[in-house]
Amino acid sequence: MIPAKGDGVVIQGITGRQGSYWTERMLACGTNIVAGVSPSKAGEKVCGIPVYSSVGEALSYHKATISVLFTPPLATRGAAMDALDGGIEGLVLLSEFVPVHDTMWILAEAAQRSAQVLGPNTAGLVVPGQCSLGIMPGFAPNIFQPGNVAVVSRSGSLGTLVCLDLVASGLGESVFMGLGGDPIVGTTTAQALLELEADPKTSAVVVVGEVGGTMEEDAAEVVASMSKPVVGFIAGRTAPPGRKMGHAGAIVSGNRGDPGSKVKALEQAGAHVVEVPSAIPAALVEVMPALAS
Amino acid sequence: MMLEEASGKKVLRHWGLRAPHGVVATTAEDACLATQQIGPPVVVKAQVPAGGRGKAGGVVMAKNPQQALVAAQGLLGSWLSGFRVDSVLVEQHVEVARELYVAVLDDARARCPSLLFSGSGGIDIEALDSDQILQIPLDIRSDAPIDTNIAGRVAQSAGIEDSIGMKDVLSRLYACYRDVDAQLVEVNPLAIDTAGGIWALDCKMALDEAALKRQPEWIVELASTVQVVSSELEAEAATEGLLYMELDGAVGVLANGAGLTMATLDAISYYGGAAANFLEVGGENYTRAESGTRIVLSNPKVKSLLVNFCGAFARTDVMTEGVVKALEQLKPSVPVFFSVHGTGEKDAVALLDERLGIKPYEEMDDAVRAAVAAATLEPTDPQTMENPDPSVLPDGSSRSHSQSFKEHS
Repeated sequence: MIPAKGDGVVIQGITGRQGSYWTERMLACGTNIVAGVSPSKAGEKVCGIPVYSSVGEALSYHKATISVLFTPPLATRGAAMDALDGGIEGLVLLSEFVPVHDTMWILAEAAQRSAQVLGPNTAGLVVPGQCSLGIMPGFAPNIFQPGNVAVVSRSGSLGTLVCLDLVASGLGESVFMGLGGDPIVGTTTAQALLELEADPKTSAVVVVGEVGGTMEEDAAEVVASMSKPVVGFIAGRTAPPGRKMGHAGAIVSGNRGDPGSKVKALEQAGAHVVEVPSAIPAALVEVMPALAS
Repeated sequence: MMLEEASGKKVLRHWGLRAPHGVVATTAEDACLATQQIGPPVVVKAQVPAGGRGKAGGVVMAKNPQQALVAAQGLLGSWLSGFRVDSVLVEQHVEVARELYVAVLDDARARCPSLLFSGSGGIDIEALDSDQILQIPLDIRSDAPIDTNIAGRVAQSAGIEDSIGMKDVLSRLYACYRDVDAQLVEVNPLAIDTAGGIWALDCKMALDEAALKRQPEWIVELASTVQVVSSELEAEAATEGLLYMELDGAVGVLANGAGLTMATLDAISYYGGAAANFLEVGGENYTRAESGTRIVLSNPKVKSLLVNFCGAFARTDVMTEGVVKALEQLKPSVPVFFSVHGTGEKDAVALLDERLGIKPYEEMDDAVRAAVAAATLEPTDPQTMENPDPSVLPDGSSRSHSQSFKEHS
C-alpha cells in the first residue's frame, strides 16, 4: 500500500500520548493528515488537526484514503471496523498485542472490501521526502533519504538500523514498509514484493526477516519471478529454538520458520542474503552497481 | 501460552467435550491414592506445557496403585522438553477402538482459523503426509462455521458413519477455540471407544496472551499456573513486564525491539563472541530500560555490556536516560558500549556525554566488536581496565566510547 503524494490520512487515537507525539512528527515528514478520530474528544484539535468522533464523521468533512491507528490493542478491531465502514482503503495497524482472532477478523473484513492492511504491530511506512505513516523516524535525515531502494522489514527497530546503514553508504529509500512482528499480518513479504516489483521508484529491495512464521519462505517464489534484485537479512540465527523472543511471530517450531530454511529459500530464489545488517549496502551495490553512482 | 494438559481438558469439558476422569497429583503417594479412587488401570502423565511427552517417556500405563506410585516417582522432579515435572495427571484408561487427530488453530498462511483433521491419530502429526490431513479454512466472524457439509467431509475422510456426532464434537471444539481466544486447540488422539463414544484423550491448548484481559477469571487463573520462566532473573524480569532470557555467553545485551535484539545477538556471534542474554526494552517497554539494565547486570557471567538502540517508536532518549540512571547507581565494574540511533538520538547522545562522558559508537558493528573484545579480555589487569583496548577510537578522539565504573567508585 504505497501511498501517492498528497493522499489524505486520518489518525485514529490522535489525542493519546503516542498519537499526538507521532502526529507532530508525521506532519513534519509532509504527511497530509486531514483529520483525527477520538470517540470521546470530538471537537478538539491536535497539532491543528480537527478531531472527530468517528472515521465516518471525519470523512464527511475531509477526503482521506488511509487511516493510521494508535488504538489500545483490544479496541483495535472496533476502530478498524469504524475505518472500513467509513470507506478507508488502507489501514496501518500500529498496536502491539492485538489478539490474533481480532486480526483475522479485520483481515476478513478488509479482504471483502478490497482494502489493504499493514500490521498489526507494524512500525508503519515511510516514503522519504513525502510522508510517514506510523512510528518510524521518517524525519531523521541520517535514516531516511529519497532514493531507489525499498526496505521491507518485519521489525521497526531493525528496519531503522538497515535504513541508517543505507543512508550512511550514500543510498536512499524509495519506501520503507514495516510488515509487523505478529504471526498474522495484513501485508505479507510476498505481497509487499509484488507491489515493489511494480513500483517505478524502486530499483532494488531489501528484505529484513526474522525467525518464526513462513513469510520469507512463502515469498521465495515471488523473489524468483522478480526483475529487481533482492538482498536479504534474517535475524535470529542464534536465537535458542522453541523460545519466544518478543515478537509473537518469532518462535521456532519444528523445522518451519527457522532462519536456515528462510536463508536457503531466499538464496535459492536468487536473493543475496547477508550475515550482518551492516553488509547490506555493499551487497546492494554488488547486485546493482548502478546504485553506487 | 501453552496450557498443561489437565488445564486444557478442564477447558474442553467446560465446552462439553468428554475427557477421561483424572486427578492431578504432586506427590507419588497422591498418585497412588488417585489410582485407587479412579480404579485401575490408569495412565500417569507428566504435566508440562509442551508437546511430545509420549515420545519422551512422560506417559506411563499403570495396572495398579503400586505401579502408579513407581511411575509418578520416576516422573516427578524429572525434566521434559525443558520443563520440570511438578505434577502428574492420573487418568482413567479408555478402551480405544479408533484414534483420530483434530485441531483448530490460527493459520498464519490462510490468515484465518483452520480445522485440521486426520483419520490417523495418536501419532506425531508432522509424520503424516499432507494428503492424509484434511485442512478446512473457517471464517472467524462466524459463530458456528462447522456445518453439515464440513462435518460430512470430515466423517467421510475417515470412514466414520456418525457425522452428526462428529459435527457436535467439532462445533464444541471450535466454540472453545474461539471463546477462549486460543491459538491452538489440538486433540490427539480424539478417540472413539468400543461403544462409539468420542473422547479427548490428550489436549494441547495454547492461549493468546494478548487476549487474556477479556477472558473470564477462571481462564486467566489457569493461564497463570503455566511455567514460563526457567531462572530467578527471568522471573524478576517477567514481573517488570520484560522478556529476559539467560544465554551462555559473556556479553550482556540491552537493545530495543525483538528484531534488533536478535540481530544484535547474531552480530555478537558473527564477531566471535556470545551473548549472555536476550532482553529487549522496545515497543511499549521503552520506559523500562532502567530495570532492564539492572537485570542484565545481575547476571554474574556478564563481562561487558552492549547497549544497542535504534529507535523508531521506542525513544532512545528515554531508554538512554533509564540506562544512565541504572549505571550511575550500580557503578558496574564491567565496561559498557553504546550504539544509539533513531528517534531521540540527539538528546540521548547529549545525555551520555553529560552524565557519563561516553560517546556512542557511530557503527553498531564497532560497538559489538568492542563489547566482544572486552568480554574476552582477561580481567583484573588494572592497566587494561583503565584504557580498554576496544575503546580506542579510529579517529583518535580523546573521549571514550565505553565506561568502566570501577575507577570512579
